[in-house]
Parts: sequence; structure tokens; C-alpha cells
Amino acid sequence: MSKQPVAVVGVGQTKHVAARQDVSIAGLVREAAVRALADAALDWADIDAVVIGKAPDFFEGVMMPELYLAEALGAVGKPMLRVHTAGSVGGSTALVAANLVAARVHGTVLTVAFEKQSESNAMWGLSLPIPFQQPLTAGAGGFFAPHVRAYMRRTGAPDTVGSLVAFKDRRNALKNPYAHLHEHDLTLERVQSSPMLWDPIRYSETCPSSDGACALVLTGERGAARAPRPPAWVHGGAMRSEPTIFAGKDYVSPQAGRDCAADVYRQAGVTDPRRQLDAVEMYVPFSWYEPMWLENLGFADQGEGWKLVEAGVTEMDGDLPVNPSGGVLSSNPIGASGMIRFAEAALQVRGLAGEHQIDGARRALGHAYGGGAQFFSMWLVGSDRPDR
Amino acid sequence: MTTAAELLAGIPELAGAEPVTRVTIPARLEYTYSPGSAQARFLTALPEKRLLAERCPQCTRVYVPPRGACPTCGIATPEQVELPHTGTVTTFCIVNIAAKGLDVEVPYCYAYVLLDGAHVGLHARIGETPYADVRIGQRVEAVWDDRRLGPSLASISHFRPTGEPDADPESYRRWM
Repeated sequence: MSKQPVAVVGVGQTKHVAARQDVSIAGLVREAAVRALADAALDWADIDAVVIGKAPDFFEGVMMPELYLAEALGAVGKPMLRVHTAGSVGGSTALVAANLVAARVHGTVLTVAFEKQSESNAMWGLSLPIPFQQPLTAGAGGFFAPHVRAYMRRTGAPDTVGSLVAFKDRRNALKNPYAHLHEHDLTLERVQSSPMLWDPIRYSETCPSSDGACALVLTGERGAARAPRPPAWVHGGAMRSEPTIFAGKDYVSPQAGRDCAADVYRQAGVTDPRRQLDAVEMYVPFSWYEPMWLENLGFADQGEGWKLVEAGVTEMDGDLPVNPSGGVLSSNPIGASGMIRFAEAALQVRGLAGEHQIDGARRALGHAYGGGAQFFSMWLVGSDRPDR
Repeated sequence: MTTAAELLAGIPELAGAEPVTRVTIPARLEYTYSPGSAQARFLTALPEKRLLAERCPQCTRVYVPPRGACPTCGIATPEQVELPHTGTVTTFCIVNIAAKGLDVEVPYCYAYVLLDGAHVGLHARIGETPYADVRIGQRVEAVWDDRRLGPSLASISHFRPTGEPDADPESYRRWM
């Protein structure tokens, strides 16, 4: 039996904030799930399986939270499974769910990703000593800052490029009611003079720590035909992994990321991503990762990504808008962040992105990465049902 | 969105009660690590101020700390290689904020040091120089901490500049 095309018929997210003290983790994930079901005009009974994802348990200090979330997500009597691939988990969770539908294992799948970072300390969780290394890694920023410096050195990009990305994403976030940061008074000068946390990364070039959840309802052709609002069709999806450390690893442009993108474009029949895609939601937790991923994902030649940023190509009104939602730089419930990228790409091609809608978007990429730039997950969604 | 206070207001017996929104539950974890034979050799050599690496018999890349297997070729790396205490800074950052539980005084310079003869960088702190002078390509040497010599990388306090001319970028370009 052949694969069936997969449609996104429901998208739900919470308003991402620093601390959701009014709800438990169960309440948080249910809120996103209820919104996704409402978008799809479906009820719990219509769901055949639940796929949940989150980043390391240390981020809340709750071991295996999926065990107690089954009832909150309507999974009693149904298959429920959890995915984990560090920061890329939101993306890989959606892909596992999509594959279950494509393979006709389940008809309609609810997939949910979350993080409630206010309940523990993610930076601590990311800084645990490793016995065979000097304990020097101060959170994700400390890990990625040297690789940002390597990118700057390799390409000769001006120091200001990171601030341009940060300012763009924070301004885009003002158009997204679900974004955590709504910094109305931010100026480019303030970004550039914000404190240096992990030199060369400044405070305003860094993602926040958020509480939030995202949910998607995925279904096949029959489900899409019944959906009250336009679906987003999955044209391609892929995951790739590589070791955290190996001789010759390119931290600036990892091979796994390049291979993952190439696989997705091949599935979707995309040969010139820069021209054939209308919007990109990429995982940019530190602003310099936008030019780095522009190169890794094939939107720019090696060493040229920063030039697209400087030329305004990735602005909301540029010809390759990147992170119209405000991106990870404006909302980062880590485990959910990848799924939010996938969800925002789907909203764009459904024409339902509201104030941050890119006019006429028909094809969009959702991208996530995690671990030591070693796990990648991406999907390419379109307004049209794929041919194959 | 219904707030906790609004929920409580709907229950007469609880009218005016302070909602419970946070309960702090301390959790503690100690990790007993089994390093395996490759890392055991590496860790055992550290108190003798020796840096033991391993070479992959197939791709000939030298790994430090060794993990007993080549992550690229997927085969065992039985050949031991003793490395010198000198190397090159391939990239770095200056950490200005303290991470909870991390016992390092800020600011500090966190660098990847490619030891001479190795093909992966060692995570290290750079010291005895103004941070503004630290640069990619800089030549450095290990400074051992005689008070903390033991089976741990804490045996190396930090790396300091040797004063040699910077390394040829071609010598480390592929191993950054």
C-alpha cells in the first residue's frame, strides 16, 4: 500500500510567556490541544493516537511527564508515545505523527509539544558537568557562541548582522499575539548596546525562556476533505542526526542539516529553494544562526548568508521572509519551539497567519535543530495537495 | 483564560483564599559514571600530567578525550597516542554570566584547543592573558593544577599563550 498524503488541519498554541503560574503542565498542553481540535472542528473521539514531545526532563524536573499527561490529552485507550531529540524535538514529534498518518497506521493523530521552563532552570539543565570534559559550558549560549565566532571569522561578516536579525524577529513578534516577547520600545541601537552575555552573543540576540505548548492535528485525504478550513499539505519531511563531536564536524554548517534539507527538497520537488519557497520558519535561538542556517539550508552560497540578512531579503517584505512569527528569538518553550516552526509554516500556507501572514504564501519550510547542532528535523508544507 | 483566583472565587468555601500557584520540591541527583576502558586510561594518565589520545585505524584521526571508538568509522580505536601539552585555539567565547551549579568565576574564556596531533578540540579555559588578546589561531599550552591532580580534566587549570606566532589557518581549518 502506498503512502497517503498528510494534511495539517488543526493548529493550536498557547500564548507563550515567562511563567504560566495559572496552569499545571497538564493544563498547558491541554490548552494547545483544545485549540488545535477547535481549528480542525474535531473532538477527542476523532483522534486515533497521540504523539507528544518535549526537551530533557531536567528542564522541569518532572521525570517522564507523558505518563501523567495521557488523560489530559485524551489518550486513554489509545496509543500514546513520546519523542525526544533535544531542541529539535518539536519538529521530530510532528514528523513521527505525520509518518503514522502517511503509513496509514492511524487516520488522525494529535501531536503536542511543550516546555514549562519556569518550573526548573533550563540553563542549569544544559550546563550539567560531563565527566570527560572541563565543566565550562554555560547553557546553550555558551555552547553556541564559539561557533558563531567561527562563522564570523570564516565569512568576514560585519559584527552588526546579528543585531539586524534580532531586531527584525522582535518586530515581527509584535504582529503575533502568541509570541512571548512584545518589545514595543526596542530599537536597533538597544539591541546593539545590550549586555554581552557570551561574547560575541548579546542579551538581545538571545532567545527568552518561555512556558508554552503547541499542538497539531494531522490527517489523511478523507480527513482533509472534511476539514472546515484549508489544510496545509506535507510535501516533504526528514530528520538527520550526527555525533556531537567528531573529527571534521562542521559546527557552523553541519552535514546532517545539509543532508536533511536536501532530502526534504527532493521529496517536494524543490530545486531552487530561494525562489520556490515563500516563507521560512527556522530555528534561530541566537540571532547569528539565521545567516548560518540560510547557508546550511541552501538559501545562500557558503559565506553569503549574512549578505541576504543585510540586504533585507529575510524581512517580512523581503523575497524570502524568515520567521514572520518572531521565531525562537521571541518565544522559546524549548520542547515546543520546533513544533511552533512547523505550525507557523503550516499557518502561512493555509493563509491563517493573521497579521504576520505573508501574502500569497503557497510553500513554506519549518526547521528545527537540537543538541550540539546534531539533530535536524524539517518539513516543507504547501497549499496544494502533493501530486504523488 | 481563567485565572486561579477567578476559579477560587467560584467556590464559596475558598472565597478570599490565596491561590497556590507554586510549590517548590527540591530534587537531587548524583551521577555515578562508568567511563569504560578507553576513558579510564585517559583519566588515569591525567594525574601523571599525560594526555592519552586514540587514533582510528581506518581514518587515522586522533581523538582526545578518547571514547574507545571512532564516531565516524564506527570501529574500535585501540591505538594509544600520547599528545604534547601544546595546541591552537580554534574558536572561543567569553562567558560573562554564571550558570547555576557551574564552579567557574566569570568572566572566563571558554575555548576549543586543538592539541598538536589531535583532530578534535579540547574544551578549555584560556588564562594568563587579557581576553581581548585571545584569538583564533593563537598558540597555547596546558597549565596543570598541582593541587587538583586526579583522574579528571580539572587536573588542567587552564591554557596560556606560548608566545609563538599564530598557527597557519590551514593547520586547523578542518578541525574547528
